[in-house]
Amino acid sequence: MAEFAYEPEPEVRLAAGEQIQDIAGKSPWRLAGRRLLRNRIAIGSLVLFVLIVAVSFAAPLYAHHLAHTDAFNSNVSGTTVVNGKRVDVIQQGSGKLGLGETPIGATWHWNYLFGADAQGRDVMARVLYGGRASLEIGIGSALICCAIALVLAMIAGFFRGWTDSILSRLMDLIWAFPVYLLAIALATVLLTKENGLQWGPIHVDPSSLWVPTMIIAVVYVPYVYRPVRGQVLSAREKEYVEAAISQGASNLRLMFSEILPNVLSTVIVLLPLMIATTVLTEAALSFLGIGVKDPKASWGTIINDGQGLLYTRPLVAIVPGIMIVLTVLSLNVLGDGVRDALDPRAKVRVGK
Amino acid sequence: MGAFIIRRLIGLVVVLFFISVLTFLIFFATPGVDPSRQLAGRNPSHDTVLAIKHEFGLDRPLPIRYALMMKRLFISRDLVSYGNQALKVVPAITSATPVTFSLVIGAAVLWVFFSILLGLLAVVFKGTVIDPLLMILALIGISMPVFWLGEMANLLTQDRLHNTFLFSWVPPLGYTPLTQNPWQWFLHLLIPWITLSVLYVGFYARVLRGNLLDIQSEDYVRTARAKGLSPRRVLLKHMLRTSLITFVSLFGLDFGVLVGGGALLTEVVFGLPGVGKLTYDSLVNLDLPVIMATVLYGAFFITIMSALVDILYARLDPRIRPA
Repeated sequence: MAEFAYEPEPEVRLAAGEQIQDIAGKSPWRLAGRRLLRNRIAIGSLVLFVLIVAVSFAAPLYAHHLAHTDAFNSNVSGTTVVNGKRVDVIQQGSGKLGLGETPIGATWHWNYLFGADAQGRDVMARVLYGGRASLEIGIGSALICCAIALVLAMIAGFFRGWTDSILSRLMDLIWAFPVYLLAIALATVLLTKENGLQWGPIHVDPSSLWVPTMIIAVVYVPYVYRPVRGQVLSAREKEYVEAAISQGASNLRLMFSEILPNVLSTVIVLLPLMIATTVLTEAALSFLGIGVKDPKASWGTIINDGQGLLYTRPLVAIVPGIMIVLTVLSLNVLGDGVRDALDPRAKVRVGK
Repeated sequence: MGAFIIRRLIGLVVVLFFISVLTFLIFFATPGVDPSRQLAGRNPSHDTVLAIKHEFGLDRPLPIRYALMMKRLFISRDLVSYGNQALKVVPAITSATPVTFSLVIGAAVLWVFFSILLGLLAVVFKGTVIDPLLMILALIGISMPVFWLGEMANLLTQDRLHNTFLFSWVPPLGYTPLTQNPWQWFLHLLIPWITLSVLYVGFYARVLRGNLLDIQSEDYVRTARAKGLSPRRVLLKHMLRTSLITFVSLFGLDFGVLVGGGALLTEVVFGLPGVGKLTYDSLVNLDLPVIMATVLYGAFFITIMSALVDILYARLDPRIRPA
């Protein structure tokens, strides 16, 4: 038998500008919170993201009280008042023959701030409503995806053996599909039934936001499953788990109170980056016409609407695109900040 | 080594089989989905539906339908589209493949070159304004939806700035085969290449920078410095080489994903008739056989690509090779 000796962890990790004294005696979560709060860029991007979410969820307020326009019903023959003059929302083409029709451009007033789309709907109001749908799908699918992946990874990593083999092979199989193609495959199949699907008591309406949410969640499960499973496997071998086993802890207690807190940080680091990814995926699917569909709006749907007006009314495509870039950028910066807070890079050797 | 390759190839065949089964099940066995309805058009009579089911073999048991489908895809290669009976699926994919390859290979050349350049510059100028500036640019690059970037590129190069000296050379959207006119091929693809590569330049530059910074305190790097090698030599000969291991494995997978269908959005925005555009066009009609075939093609390509990367790796790096 080897001599029993307690060896302290030889290395601790410090964030930039931190001293050993700063972190002594503080719990990992408190430390991470402190580091995140001190990271001004990360906090700034968090504020930006919260702002985008708040503005998007205030879409009905904007449409009803500021713009007084309808974001969903087409308004081809309608008129609106700009600078005291009544103008058509869809205007006859210019030139001698007056061919073609062009929706009204940016008015820079509350009504039709950024103009109208081909069906005479207020672009700004649609961008806000669309943001709500995009964010609901993005955040929802990222949360569902992380939850499914966490449960599967805990089961696979804890029970190991054939449970792990089967789950991991299944994840490899999903991983082998190109993300967009798998999402397209699932969405297409669900769309072939116009009245929706009926599985026993569950009814799926094809226009429901749950369809893209669930599809995107499922497609990304392996991307979260893989790193978390690795963490569970290594946590399973740690001394504190052995100690809990020797105290006669049940499997559930081992999983929830010993292993879960130690792998949760991996999921939390991944979450903002997952939301950024799912927002982009939702936009792509809606752009291809298989995510959120007309008359409902999402940022991807509006960019798709703007494709036909690209050279005459480019704002229809530009505005939702900028919203996507701001959202995804803020989430990526926040994700970097959370990662640095929970897992600083600089290693410092202490003790012997 | 031989045993490793054989084992990896057997694994590959097994995975390909399961991929084909899963794809088939998604398309033809999802409860409630009935392709014959779609084939028969609006309000078909019961007899028509039955006749169509029989003609397409949809009334047979699932394993037989699976076998028939695979036979029509890989052996007789006569699977036809449901929407347009004249469109043969396999030749359509074969003729679209060179377009996708042209797009992805060109973009890959750009992204490898510029991401290494940006990554190295960021490390060399660490501590100055240039490093954070480059990394912000990289972050913006990975935050842009590629189809939106493509539309903005079209807006500028096809319309707003098309009549200026900057972009008057840009041809209308579309594709010219390399064998027909190499110069036109190049001109048609230049803007799509740049658009597609932006995301990857950003991503790879960030990965490379992080990796270089991680290894700069490794012992072999300090040894190289202590030997009195110039900083440039240490960076290029010692650090960059090690970082390229991660770089190459990421590259193999991303390249596979793009050829296997990831370039779909770029192809759609620029009107390039590649495999992704074929998928998109059949999406509009919900043409199940074509979509199934392109999904299968993409998954097969990615799986084969990652097996090749594994084998290549085992050749390069004996540590990865299992005993």
